[in-house]
Amino acid sequence: MTVKSTARARKKAAPGVPDTLRAKGTDAQPELVQLLTPEGERVEHPDYPLTTTPEELRALYRDLVLVRRFDGEATALQRQGELGLWASLLGQEAAQVGSGRAMRTGDYAFPTYREHGVAWCRDVDPLNLLGMFRGVNHGGWDPNEKNFHLYTIVIGSQTLHATGYAMGISKDGADDAVIAYFGDGASSQGDVNEAFTFASVYNAPVVFFCQNNQWAISEPTTNQTKIPLYRRASGFGFPGVRVDGNDVLACLAVTRWALDYARSGNGPVLIEAFTYRMGAHTTSDDPTRYRLAEETEAWKAKDPIARLKAHLEKEGLADEEFFASIDAESEQLGLRVREGVRSMPDPDPTLIFDHVYAEPHALVDEERAEYVEYAASFEAGENL
Amino acid sequence: MAGQLTIAKALNDALRKSLENDPKTVLMGEDIGKLGGVFRITDGLQKDFGDSRVIDTPLAESGIMGTAIGLALRGYRPVVEIQFDGFVYPAFDQIVTQLAKMHARALGHVKLPITVRIPYGGGIGAVEHHSESHEAYFAHTAGLRVVTPSGAHDAHWMLRQAIASDDPVIFLEPKRRYWDKGEVGDAADLGLHDARIVRPGTDATLIAYGPMVKVCLEAAAAAEEDGRRLEVVDMRSLSPVDFATLEESVKRTGRAVVVHEAPVFLGMGAELAARLTERCFYHLEAPVLRVGGYYAPYPPSRVEEAFLPDLDRVLDAVDRALAY
Repeated sequence: MTVKSTARARKKAAPGVPDTLRAKGTDAQPELVQLLTPEGERVEHPDYPLTTTPEELRALYRDLVLVRRFDGEATALQRQGELGLWASLLGQEAAQVGSGRAMRTGDYAFPTYREHGVAWCRDVDPLNLLGMFRGVNHGGWDPNEKNFHLYTIVIGSQTLHATGYAMGISKDGADDAVIAYFGDGASSQGDVNEAFTFASVYNAPVVFFCQNNQWAISEPTTNQTKIPLYRRASGFGFPGVRVDGNDVLACLAVTRWALDYARSGNGPVLIEAFTYRMGAHTTSDDPTRYRLAEETEAWKAKDPIARLKAHLEKEGLADEEFFASIDAESEQLGLRVREGVRSMPDPDPTLIFDHVYAEPHALVDEERAEYVEYAASFEAGENL
Repeated sequence: MAGQLTIAKALNDALRKSLENDPKTVLMGEDIGKLGGVFRITDGLQKDFGDSRVIDTPLAESGIMGTAIGLALRGYRPVVEIQFDGFVYPAFDQIVTQLAKMHARALGHVKLPITVRIPYGGGIGAVEHHSESHEAYFAHTAGLRVVTPSGAHDAHWMLRQAIASDDPVIFLEPKRRYWDKGEVGDAADLGLHDARIVRPGTDATLIAYGPMVKVCLEAAAAAEEDGRRLEVVDMRSLSPVDFATLEESVKRTGRAVVVHEAPVFLGMGAELAARLTERCFYHLEAPVLRVGGYYAPYPPSRVEEAFLPDLDRVLDAVDRALAY
């Protein structure tokens, strides 16, 4: 009895948390930068002004539609057995196209494995992205050709590569910046937090672009953080901003600002693009097991393409002929992707031994020779 | 530079020469600046090359490794110092999933000329996580080169060769030998991945690397008093292994004993024993024997002498080999 009453007394005496320090919850949406409402209304934000020409708006619309088409085609190709796996970006087009189009030529992007829209903006051939998912390579493109690094499967690893690359830019005295993509799940990784530390300490020109799509496979953002993710930045000593990730204009304006801020010697910025993954994590996942249909439905109303289309129509910035031309281009892209994947040749098995090292390595050379001889023995009929 | 140098000084000089020769070479690590590293291997380098070439980093090994990868992608040639062997594990993910594989993933489009310097091994009376031999993890990972010098000359020239390599190199420094002196010549007399016969002999071959080379030389000297002529081979490189030199020696002596500090189970010795057996089967008079650490965590320092192979354990293995 005595113990119980003491415990009660202690509990009662414990100081309460002041209201000002209470976590606001991860689903709160404070300071969500928005320039285009879900209804397609253009609004202004005092800190992130953006002027756009009708041509630019139409170009963004084209990007969004084509990226979605490419993604949809890839999902279908996976279902047809042409790809081993696909990580769909459905719903995240605006975050990727907005941030991707904010980059300058000399800027460098370090993606995770879902940044098909950013790759599109960097002019990486979409078919290049499919090699890994078809199983013919692990990436394969030359990252330096378009300043778009290889996809990274281990989540968060690339944020450190991006930071190191940005440190190199500083050393070179170059006027470029880096953008590192990662997700809400990766924000829990040590590497991401170490990247924040290094970037901050060395004032590296890197923008951390977190696409908070609410789910890390089946784990909700509430399993990653007790505070809104963009507020993590303040603890590392750099600005964080939350943007409407389904608003391509807001993503463009905020990322452009952040890249310029970083390249001007001010150090890193964290952008949290508040968005939603409409599909599965990958094609091997089943989101109906862990999230409610109502949630997905609610996010449908914020669709990034529909809202830009509504804006274009409302303002008379695009006519039927334009929309029809984009649809036609979309069909062509779909066809090119389908045919491109199906005609993608399997690599020669000796690829196994290619590029393990930049310089000759005795063991690799020996095993290659053994394999070649073994394979040749089948052709010669010795092993039949 | 030529003359008698400690391994520590030879490494310091190699870093200095590498910084002088290539403006893209940068050093990164904890406490490597003003302090000169906990073993003083980078002593004076920040003073002479500045803090943008000799970079004191936050205390985060994965961060050091990951940002070094980014710097390499930007065209730099980072030389990373991991403070102690047991501290490399937080960077292990970056090393095996990123550093080792990125060149292959990019189909050769990017190079990662990064040298990871790690003081390794025991025998200095340290607390836990300061005495480990983890070479097998790295040698097991394709894409990495793994080397370890045993004396001052090799320490100097192998480090310079490692830094000049376009591949990632895990450079293991036998920390208990840092203060051993040796003559450092004016040029590398061997390739980075060549083994060296450091003492010729006829009765059995002792195969060692890093800190155990000295133990094996002592064992060979002691055995000579009993009329046994032991050959000692310093492997120098653990990936790739110079099997030609090892095979040539073992075929000549007919007996081989592999000595290392790391646990015997699934260690470098296991691989060497298997391959030497395959390649020298008809020349062998005895199975290839192994001497090494036990299958236990590296022990508290008061009992580490029981864990580490010493002259007697090596000679005991030689006795067993010769008894066949």
